[in-house]
Amino acid sequence: MLPAISKEPLLDQCRRMLLIRHFEERLIGLHHEGRFRGHYHVYIGQEGTGVPAISLLRPDDLLFSTHRNHGHILARGGDPGRLLAEILGRRDGYNRGKGGSFHTSPRELGFLQCSGVVGGILPLGAGAAYAAKSRGAGQIAVCLFGDGALEEGAIPETFNLASLWKLPVLFLCENNGKYGAGNAVGAAQSSTMAAYPLTDLPQAYKIPAVQVDGTDAGVVHETLRENIDAIRSGAGPRFIETLTVRWPGSETNWPVVKAPTTVELAWDASGAPEDVRDWYRNSDPLLRFMRELVENGHVDRDELEAINRSVTEQISAAVDFAFDSPYPDLAEAETDVFV
Amino acid sequence: MRNLKYHEAKLEALRELMEEDERVHLIGGTFFSLSPHRLKFAAIEKAWPDRVAAPPISELGFCGLATGAAMAGLRPVVDVTTGSFLFEAWPQVVNEAANVLYMSGGQVRAPVVFHMLHGLRGGGAAQHSGSPQAMLWNCPGLEIVLPSSPRDVKGLLKAAVASDNPTVFVDHSNLFETEGPVPDGDRIPLGQADVKRPGADVTLIATSFTVQRALAVAEALASDGIDVEVVDPRTLVPFDLDTIMASVEKTGRVVIADETHQSCGVAAEIAARIAESGFDHLKGPIRRVATLDVPVPYSQPLEEYIGPSEERIARAVREATR
Repeated sequence: MLPAISKEPLLDQCRRMLLIRHFEERLIGLHHEGRFRGHYHVYIGQEGTGVPAISLLRPDDLLFSTHRNHGHILARGGDPGRLLAEILGRRDGYNRGKGGSFHTSPRELGFLQCSGVVGGILPLGAGAAYAAKSRGAGQIAVCLFGDGALEEGAIPETFNLASLWKLPVLFLCENNGKYGAGNAVGAAQSSTMAAYPLTDLPQAYKIPAVQVDGTDAGVVHETLRENIDAIRSGAGPRFIETLTVRWPGSETNWPVVKAPTTVELAWDASGAPEDVRDWYRNSDPLLRFMRELVENGHVDRDELEAINRSVTEQISAAVDFAFDSPYPDLAEAETDVFV
Repeated sequence: MRNLKYHEAKLEALRELMEEDERVHLIGGTFFSLSPHRLKFAAIEKAWPDRVAAPPISELGFCGLATGAAMAGLRPVVDVTTGSFLFEAWPQVVNEAANVLYMSGGQVRAPVVFHMLHGLRGGGAAQHSGSPQAMLWNCPGLEIVLPSSPRDVKGLLKAAVASDNPTVFVDHSNLFETEGPVPDGDRIPLGQADVKRPGADVTLIATSFTVQRALAVAEALASDGIDVEVVDPRTLVPFDLDTIMASVEKTGRVVIADETHQSCGVAAEIAARIAESGFDHLKGPIRRVATLDVPVPYSQPLEEYIGPSEERIARAVREATR
């Protein structure tokens, strides 16, 4: 279902989801062309979680993400040009080229750390929540992370602290491993946790936790709205696990676009290779969102095509901006070690 | 100027920090470990219950929490108690706090202080006698502070909290009863070495509790006609090489006494810097008196044998001046 909001913010969410999708697909293409080096992780397939979730935050809320941060940054209104410039290691990147894909953290959007260390942000997020609580202005901290993070030892320590001290922190666990890489359909997880469902773990620390379908933007929006309201009102931490089906292009360590996203694909996936067609038909949150927008009479397909075109143009401009940005001066290597 | 015990000066610094800046939060232990002075910390807890937090036994969790709180605008001072326990928090200290300013391209600061009591404390054995400062010196992005006197512990603790960088405050419980003059109020800027005792014959560089041993050795050797200059770097990062080189140029002889292990230890790095920038001033080899490269033994004579004892320091100074 769609989030229970009016047409304009719905279209804005659609636009952000498309922006994420086209950004990532273009990024994969650029990597295959050999135009940047280093590893990277894409957010495709999780747009239906990140976009509605982040739309509920206040401008002064504090965000922490991981190596899979591109979608979160774009959902929060990040500039795709500056994001790509960072991934390319250029001067105009958000971190002036010193962070790269894993660590892009636009402070101006409230991101304090995107850590490439699995689970590394959870103690930090609890700390930001501790600071927010001490100021008492209703600000919250949000940790956006994957299911694998729960395997790290920092996580139970953080759950314990956050629960004991009733910290205003949202733990949003994006489990992109339903039927995930390396697992047969029906197997539990791409992560390897004895505690299953994952919500068992926060619940052991008395943190209320729910599992929702992360491909259903409406359910995500409603669940997150209730929980964010509770956190903001002083009820302490909340844990939400969103289940998404791993995008087939991410089944290998190096992503591959098997079917470029179009508006058409939402209604006719016959153009996609047979082995991935089912994902686009049943598990793609963006295509579902677009179908529901039309089914609910908010837009017709031509209007979606127009939005899609403007997003692809924005991405093209972002690519030009990023590649036009020079590498940092070598002197930059020795700055920012200390204030 | 008042004469204070080290533990009094330290407690005074903590109290003034709490009074002066409401962003300062104390998270962790009592800053005095198991010593009786820990009971005096209770008065601070009582005065500021909302800004003193006693976390569960989760060094990784609460060091990360303090770092995140610092990123979000507070000035947390964390006590991990024994220096060895910093190893439990290593990922958050060296991989998050140390990196965030650089990795963010200068966007995000983490003005957190990690406080600990390091070193050979008497019976700590291998798992409660750690001196992680040498390893930390290999992690760019962390300031490292090593007080050795009542004046220094107060002035440096206040400067560490005022600093916008993550700072590791490496204290030593054997210093608690040391007495000395303490001026009112002043911060001691990080990066200023201190000549603790002037002398002409040999430069004895020492850190933390070893400074007190070095001063005792210097007094003892004075009666033998050896005039020892004791120089205390006080902070490893930033490092005041100028003050040390001025002493080296004067004496031409160098002994470095420090409680970290010998290999890749604090003395090793200081020796390398002196050799690189002042080899021509040296009249003989630089001598290191460090903790032997073994895990710390429990038994008292064994523990004394492996550490930078006054006997070993005196022997090294005599060799250097021979």
